[in-house]
Amino acid sequence: METAVRVRTVALAGNPNVGKTTLFNALTGATQKVANYPGVTVERVSGRLAGGDAGPVEVVDLPGTYSLHPKSVDERVAFDALAGRLPGEPAPDVVVCVVDATNLERNLYLVTQILDLGLPTVVALNMTDAAEAAGISVNAASLATWLGAPVVPVAAREGEGIDRLRRAVLDPPAPAAGVAWDVMPAVDAHVGPLADALAAEAPDLPPTRRRFEALGALTSDLLLEPWAAEAPAFHRAALDARQALADTSAPVGMAEMTGRYAWIGPVAQAVTTRTAAADERTLSDRIDAVVTHRVWGPLIFGAVLLVIFQAVFSWAVPAMDAIEWAMGLAGDGLRAALPDGVLEDVLVEGALTGVGNVLVFLPQILLLFFFLGLMEDTGYMARTAFIMDRAMRRVGLSGGSVVPMLSAYACAIPGIMAARTLADERDRIITIMVVPLQGCSARLPVYVLFIAAFIPAGSFLGVVGYQGLAMTSLYVLGTLMAFVAAWVLRRFVFKGEGSSFVMELPPYRMPQPRYLWRRMRDRARVFVVRAGKIIFGLSIVLWVLASYPKTDPPPALAAGVEAAEEAAARARQALVDIDLSGRAELQETERASIASALEAADAEALVAQNALAGWQVRNSYIGRFGRAIEPVMRPLGFDWKISAGIVASFAAREVIVSALATIYSAGADADEESLALRDAIQADTYPDGTPVFTPLVAVSLLVFFVFALQCMSTLAIARRELNSWLWPAVMWGYMFLLAYGFSFAIYQGGKLLGWG
Amino acid sequence: MSLDTLAVGTRGTVSGYAGDPPARLLELGLVPGTPVEVVRLAPLGDPMEIGVRGFYLSVRKAEAAAVLVEEV
Repeated sequence: METAVRVRTVALAGNPNVGKTTLFNALTGATQKVANYPGVTVERVSGRLAGGDAGPVEVVDLPGTYSLHPKSVDERVAFDALAGRLPGEPAPDVVVCVVDATNLERNLYLVTQILDLGLPTVVALNMTDAAEAAGISVNAASLATWLGAPVVPVAAREGEGIDRLRRAVLDPPAPAAGVAWDVMPAVDAHVGPLADALAAEAPDLPPTRRRFEALGALTSDLLLEPWAAEAPAFHRAALDARQALADTSAPVGMAEMTGRYAWIGPVAQAVTTRTAAADERTLSDRIDAVVTHRVWGPLIFGAVLLVIFQAVFSWAVPAMDAIEWAMGLAGDGLRAALPDGVLEDVLVEGALTGVGNVLVFLPQILLLFFFLGLMEDTGYMARTAFIMDRAMRRVGLSGGSVVPMLSAYACAIPGIMAARTLADERDRIITIMVVPLQGCSARLPVYVLFIAAFIPAGSFLGVVGYQGLAMTSLYVLGTLMAFVAAWVLRRFVFKGEGSSFVMELPPYRMPQPRYLWRRMRDRARVFVVRAGKIIFGLSIVLWVLASYPKTDPPPALAAGVEAAEEAAARARQALVDIDLSGRAELQETERASIASALEAADAEALVAQNALAGWQVRNSYIGRFGRAIEPVMRPLGFDWKISAGIVASFAAREVIVSALATIYSAGADADEESLALRDAIQADTYPDGTPVFTPLVAVSLLVFFVFALQCMSTLAIARRELNSWLWPAVMWGYMFLLAYGFSFAIYQGGKLLGWG
Repeated sequence: MSLDTLAVGTRGTVSGYAGDPPARLLELGLVPGTPVEVVRLAPLGDPMEIGVRGFYLSVRKAEAAAVLVEEV
């Protein structure tokens, strides 16, 4: 009909693991963009419908959900989007409900709910190819009659049926009328009057939607809550009805499920034909027999973890070296191109070094996202949760915490975001609270610098290197503490089990490299942009704080530099004079003695210059600040320079490397591999000649970095995910106390034992 | 008997509930009259994998205990 409403927005809804994203990609081509829904970090993936000639149509890929009664943050967004409850986002013009043909009954549950919303709805019957292979055939025409909505068979992976689906979307059906399923009488007695009450306050809602909301209000606080403001009389009536139902102890909680499935069961049976092949043991079953086996399962999981760590820490090295090399070149180029002076120093020493310190993690992050994506796409991720659930529960977490904990080895931010899939709110909070203790890649440069400087390079029995061992123990320490923290939170704050953990174990699927790569790229881009912005700005601020105010140095220092430089200049001139004198017999011996004098003079000049630079930093803003807080950090073994570096690194951990480099004036190319910075740290002494850094101080510092929450991005993301400042504040506080307490105990204990 | 006591490899039919099963289990189709099969246990003995309506679920034993079944 020409008078049909023009379609502008299409929402893709469906259960998890039904090929929704593959279908989305097939519909939109390469046009998708990833943003966030306002207020939450749930990704809003949208794209433009490809191949339509009816003007731009936006397709939104909603998070997968089993039901419109949301259990997790992800599902909440899916419901809100369909119900038109998202700020600034009206309900979609058309809903495409993606259904897995191999799994019709469970999928139809969500379909019947969506039909109740009364939106124009098209059912995409996906995975018809997989269904055929499994001996399942679904009669689409018959199903369409039952549902009162068009049903389009598609095989998104093969690209089959996409055109037909597109046409069905652009020529949308009338708003769905819902299917006639029956609610148990005891509950229905309340649903009818409630729906009528809602009609008075929300006359625009279609009748099926009113019944949906009425039933939802009886069982779900999340569904009831928005009506308190929009339809107060309905809200009150719903609360009264809840009370009445509770008095008669009617099983209202299961009314919707039993009612819908009573309708679905016979329908699914009527439209599905099964051949004998369907009863055979599938390939997935046979893989699972090994992968979740009592002995092999944990061994395989351990091996997978080992491969991931091996990849992240060794395979990434050549790429990381290449990035460092390129950053070095860029620094040299910038130095050559810019005039000497403040601008050059700020750009090269501050900004470029800082950004380089972040970029260098990119290979590791990409590799980690690659492996996590692979685990997710194949379906193995769910098995890790299945294998680990019991063990994780011992420490107060859940099987669903495995993925966030693993992701956090790259960065706490994806780790915290991965916790969204946890249905239980307490599980989610506990997981988010402990995830930042996992050894993230921002700790790596700090670990590398101090381990290389203070842990001997030898190996234990010629097999296990001390440095590698030290590195591993830092990671283990963080993870163990995450478990302890989770246990404490579960034991004292979020008491009791109670958390439900029902999870689908989807069939194994072949991952699709194109989508794997696309996701890696998108996530890595988010990481680099976010980290880069902070580091870039902060490096410049730090440099300024370490360089100003410019005060006049004490005359003795300035005179020392001048004298040493003059001595070096004289020696250099003497060498030139000898060469010019032409007396060959004198040259050999005299040359040698003057050359060694020159070397000594140069070295003296360098020492004098460093002393002057050191005095300047000491009296800079950062130096003054460092000295002001030194008394607090002294018991941990930290002098004012380390203290200042630590304070600076509360913005982002890796900042301490460039902060120390700036403070030690170690030169332009100071990074964690820089010999200059390492030497300066090793050589630094207190006025009385004792070294600033002993191995004990280094260990104390390393442990401080294992525990302290020095990352503004983590705090920001935790605030967004938990929608409160309380928990991020608690997170920061308990991690700081851990860091301070452990460093204190290590340094003071070590001194008592005479180690430092 | 309750679902958590059903032996691995055996089938049953959901007959009712004891206490409060997670709503999610019901939404996924474990309503009275539904055939269910215990496929295997996780390596540490908990959770359990069950087959229902043609797909597989990981369910903790404590939650499965709230689902009553009749062995078939």
